[in-house]
Amino acid sequence: MENERSFLEYLQSFSETRSPIDFILIYDNLGRFFDGALVTLQLTFLALLVGGLIAVPLAIARAYRKPVISPAIRIYTYVFCGTPLLVQVYLFYFGLGQFKAVQDSFLWDPILSSPWWCVIIAFTLNTAAYTTEFLRGAIEATPHGEVEAAKACGMSPFTRMRLVVLPNAFRRALPAYSNEVIFTLHGSVIASTVTLQDLLGVGRWLNGRYYLAYEGFLTAMVFYMAIVFLITFAFRLAEKRFLGHLRPRETPAPGAARVAA
Amino acid sequence: MKIKNTLIASIVGAASLVGTMASADALRVGVEGAYPPFSQKEADGSLSGFDIDIALALCEELNRECELVEQEWDGMIPALVAKKYDAIVASMSITEDRKKRVDFSEKYYFTPSRFIAKEGASFDMTPEGTKGVKIGVLRGTTLQCHVEKTFPEADLRLYNTQEDVFADLVTGRLDMQLNNTLGALDGFLNTDQGKGFAFYGPDVDDAECLGEGTGIAVRKGDPLAGELTAAIAAIRADGTYATINDKYFDVDIYGK
Repeated sequence: MENERSFLEYLQSFSETRSPIDFILIYDNLGRFFDGALVTLQLTFLALLVGGLIAVPLAIARAYRKPVISPAIRIYTYVFCGTPLLVQVYLFYFGLGQFKAVQDSFLWDPILSSPWWCVIIAFTLNTAAYTTEFLRGAIEATPHGEVEAAKACGMSPFTRMRLVVLPNAFRRALPAYSNEVIFTLHGSVIASTVTLQDLLGVGRWLNGRYYLAYEGFLTAMVFYMAIVFLITFAFRLAEKRFLGHLRPRETPAPGAARVAA
Repeated sequence: MKIKNTLIASIVGAASLVGTMASADALRVGVEGAYPPFSQKEADGSLSGFDIDIALALCEELNRECELVEQEWDGMIPALVAKKYDAIVASMSITEDRKKRVDFSEKYYFTPSRFIAKEGASFDMTPEGTKGVKIGVLRGTTLQCHVEKTFPEADLRLYNTQEDVFADLVTGRLDMQLNNTLGALDGFLNTDQGKGFAFYGPDVDDAECLGEGTGIAVRKGDPLAGELTAAIAAIRADGTYATINDKYFDVDIYGK
């Protein structure tokens, strides 16, 4: 208690005298930033979860070139990968709201009237499109021998997919997926443009409320960096676990051993 | 070697170009561009509106070239402090909070603010009664200050532009919005978009948040504040102000 008080006093005097940044203001509003971080995490990971679930069947359909379905999915992924996320969010939020028919429809009241839903729909469709495409690549890269071996073992196409093709495709896609997770996190700042109080939204609120330039953005930045750090750490562990067979062996090469001896 | 020389030449060329662009006596004025009828963008991308005309008239009065710099509202003061421009002519109210960051000229107009809601709608305008009521305002305005202070339980939504606030009032995402009455009349209520909406309640009375009129902000300690105050008095006196005023409004918006 005593310690905390003297720390605050130090922070106050530092903020008022020497620092160009008002740390006390940030400290007083930290609670809001944690709330904002929660919104950001919720949006990011809900979109990734649902988008990922959508992407698996779409990627399979694309990889096996199912007629009609595959080109249709290609159009979808092309549109969502080829246009900025901001435009997609605006289309769902401001665009759809313009139509009287949409406003009167059953979708309006709980869903399309809420900024949260508009953002989650746009984010989900966006990440699903990206995930579909690189997962398709990973499935297509399945070595032919693996599939033949599975056939030789008498596996049905479904079992083959479940036990051989998909697990290995997921492994191959893991490094690309860590980028997708971080991009989705970075993209989530768009939520603040349609009134959601995510991390950046809180930062802008603080700047707007007290007419500041740095404090809100800097604090949000530190939070984003912490989240990205945790994400990359988690992926590093996952890559160690699932891509361990690709790492160079740790036993010394025979040549090196001889020199040492 | 030849490439290097060309490179140096082009850098020098670019530098001198920048030099001429920012001529010493040009007054760089920060404006917003999404707050009709005070400032708005025409279809051809040019800026127009009361604030814009006032800015141009003041530059002329000061005998300085005007360079209008567009800036979104919530970054207005930070960009001034960062010297992206030297003065803000963007319907900015003079408030105690803002005076901590910038200096102001005397006011160049004063208009009250009022809520707008659907015609016939009814709200209990108490802190408890507005719990969950969706109120929209422009981010970083005196109105945000007022709603946060007076109706802390309301579902306050902050927007990047006033036009977005009106758009969401029309779609029904907002129950009410709060802004300057003149902006509301010409930017919304008197347009097709604003059919079926009306002012709700009296003028908002909150000098602490809403301030004492609309002034021109300059950096702390900049003598420009005094020059601008004199220039405002001069265009009031010589009729330039009245001409601009009549172009946009039926009443003199300078106030008392």
